[in-house]
Amino acid sequence: MSHYAALLLAIPLLAAFAMPLFGLIGRRVRNTWAIIAMLATVAAALILVWEVLTQGTIVYAFGAVDQALTIPFDSGGVPIRILFVIDAMSAFMILTAAIMMSAATLYSISSESEQTGQDGYYALLFLLMAGIFGMVSTGDLFNFFVFLEINSLAGAALAAYRIKGGVAVEGGLKYAFISTVAGLFFLIAVGMLYGQYNSLNIAYIASVIDFTGLSLVAVVLMIVSLAMKSGSVPMHFWTPDTYSSAPSSITSLLIVSSMASLYAIFRIAFSLFGLTMNVVTVGWVIIILGILSMFIGVSMALPQKDVKRLMAYHSVSQIGYMLVGLGVGLAVLGDSQMMSQFGVVAMEGGIFHIINYALYKGLLFLIAGAVIYRCGTANLNDLGGLGHSMKWTMGFFIIAALAIAGIPPFNGFASKLMIYESVFIFNPFIAVIAMVVSIMTLASFVKVFHSIFMGPKLPQYEAVKEVPMPMLIGMGLLAVLIILFGLFPDLVVKTLVEPAALALIDRSGYIASVMGGI
Amino acid sequence: MDLTATLVTGTGFWNPIIWILAFVITSIVAYLIWRSGVSTYQKGTEQVKPYLSGNAEPEKNAVHIRGGNLYWGFTEGLKGYYSRLIPLHTGDLNDYMLWYFGVVIAVFALVVIFL
Repeated sequence: MSHYAALLLAIPLLAAFAMPLFGLIGRRVRNTWAIIAMLATVAAALILVWEVLTQGTIVYAFGAVDQALTIPFDSGGVPIRILFVIDAMSAFMILTAAIMMSAATLYSISSESEQTGQDGYYALLFLLMAGIFGMVSTGDLFNFFVFLEINSLAGAALAAYRIKGGVAVEGGLKYAFISTVAGLFFLIAVGMLYGQYNSLNIAYIASVIDFTGLSLVAVVLMIVSLAMKSGSVPMHFWTPDTYSSAPSSITSLLIVSSMASLYAIFRIAFSLFGLTMNVVTVGWVIIILGILSMFIGVSMALPQKDVKRLMAYHSVSQIGYMLVGLGVGLAVLGDSQMMSQFGVVAMEGGIFHIINYALYKGLLFLIAGAVIYRCGTANLNDLGGLGHSMKWTMGFFIIAALAIAGIPPFNGFASKLMIYESVFIFNPFIAVIAMVVSIMTLASFVKVFHSIFMGPKLPQYEAVKEVPMPMLIGMGLLAVLIILFGLFPDLVVKTLVEPAALALIDRSGYIASVMGGI
Repeated sequence: MDLTATLVTGTGFWNPIIWILAFVITSIVAYLIWRSGVSTYQKGTEQVKPYLSGNAEPEKNAVHIRGGNLYWGFTEGLKGYYSRLIPLHTGDLNDYMLWYFGVVIAVFALVVIFL
């Protein structure tokens, strides 16, 4: 039995709490510690993902003599320990988070080099990552809440870290507030389930669940609260405020954090409740949230003048694609014919879009950070002509912008194509909206490209040069992955995405992975 | 591990390798056609200056079209939509919470009605 599941949490937690001590020794030592801890976390994550993909679902019981022993002999058949249940869907999310963590940490080494309070910055960054890894790995509802809180508090502190005349503090405060409210109502919903089923374990509750009136209230509270955390319309208002004020490297991690909330929606809908609830209604609720997010997100992005606010609205829009893809899968979950005809592909498209979105949106935020790092402004009306001096950054921008707009052969095209084609069979109207949104996304990024990189070299940016190497490496890593995921979509789908979709659908398999270990 | 495998999307397929090959071949053909034309461009002459009907070239900051000027027609054409949408984004945390509770009630109603 390997312990990589435990290391996935232990390494970032150790890194976080040891960071101020290394900071006392010196800046170089602290940065080295941050990179070593990041590499160790990513290595543990990659090995864990490999184990899941080759051996199947990994169940890890913390504190047990045998970590596979999920139900102690004297517990009355109820799993009581802290459990990690890492199936292919969790592994997929762990991989996404690990990639983004590596890029953001490398980028931060340079982007934050001139700033004060770096010990706290890196400590919070690793706490944020510990929260995300915990959210996507745990098999326990209360533990999920705990990780959600760790992630939210660290995220809010990081969003407010660079005060920026109070703007960042406001963004951080808003993030903290909506996260607290979402967490509070999620906890109330958990209490409702605990009161009925005497357990907090997802697999155990799923095995005995009876969809009562209280369960109905619980599922509504859970899904809506997590939808707000993921930035879905009409609960998206906090995203431009927070994403635009946070340091860019942190914004690229906050989107992974919102992906973890999105993951939780689907874990709850598919693995916890599944066919015990009316999946058609809940599926359509998610689809409607997705359609609203896609269209309102992109239409709000178009008139923006602040590049990070513009990108934040695009985040909202992109979340809509994932909600639509997985919402369609949920809506047809009870119909095996429709599921095999297009439901599975819609889910695969939605899941594939999660990692694609994390890659190109993370890269776009890092690019925005690079521009702000050199020019000191995010205002599109003030920028221009940077293509003359920031050629690498411009190249990365072209890759990310074409990917988010769904232009072949980049990764965004493959996942969007899967969503368009499968959703078209379900409801052509939704597919048409998704395509229109893609066109508007392209239009919006043409505006950004022109505003930042095109035009003559402006006198005020005469001295601007390319960003330092660590920032380029962080951005380059994501750009390379965007290209690779775009060139070999079938390989990614077959290796990572399809097992993740099948793991979500296989509710009985999820239950058996925990309850079958008596 | 087949790197050139085609992604099957249920009703269609996508193979980026074939697409790139087609793109490269088309680009080469286009380049050859362009190259066979008569070259009139001469470096270091008046040709390299922007043609402004004989007027002097303005200062660089005055030439660049700013981001705020782009898509003015689009937002102007959809003024009715934007005049309702933008004011909803108040920046006020109280409003954010009202939307959240509104959605909770709406989703709860939907789930109860279509149980």
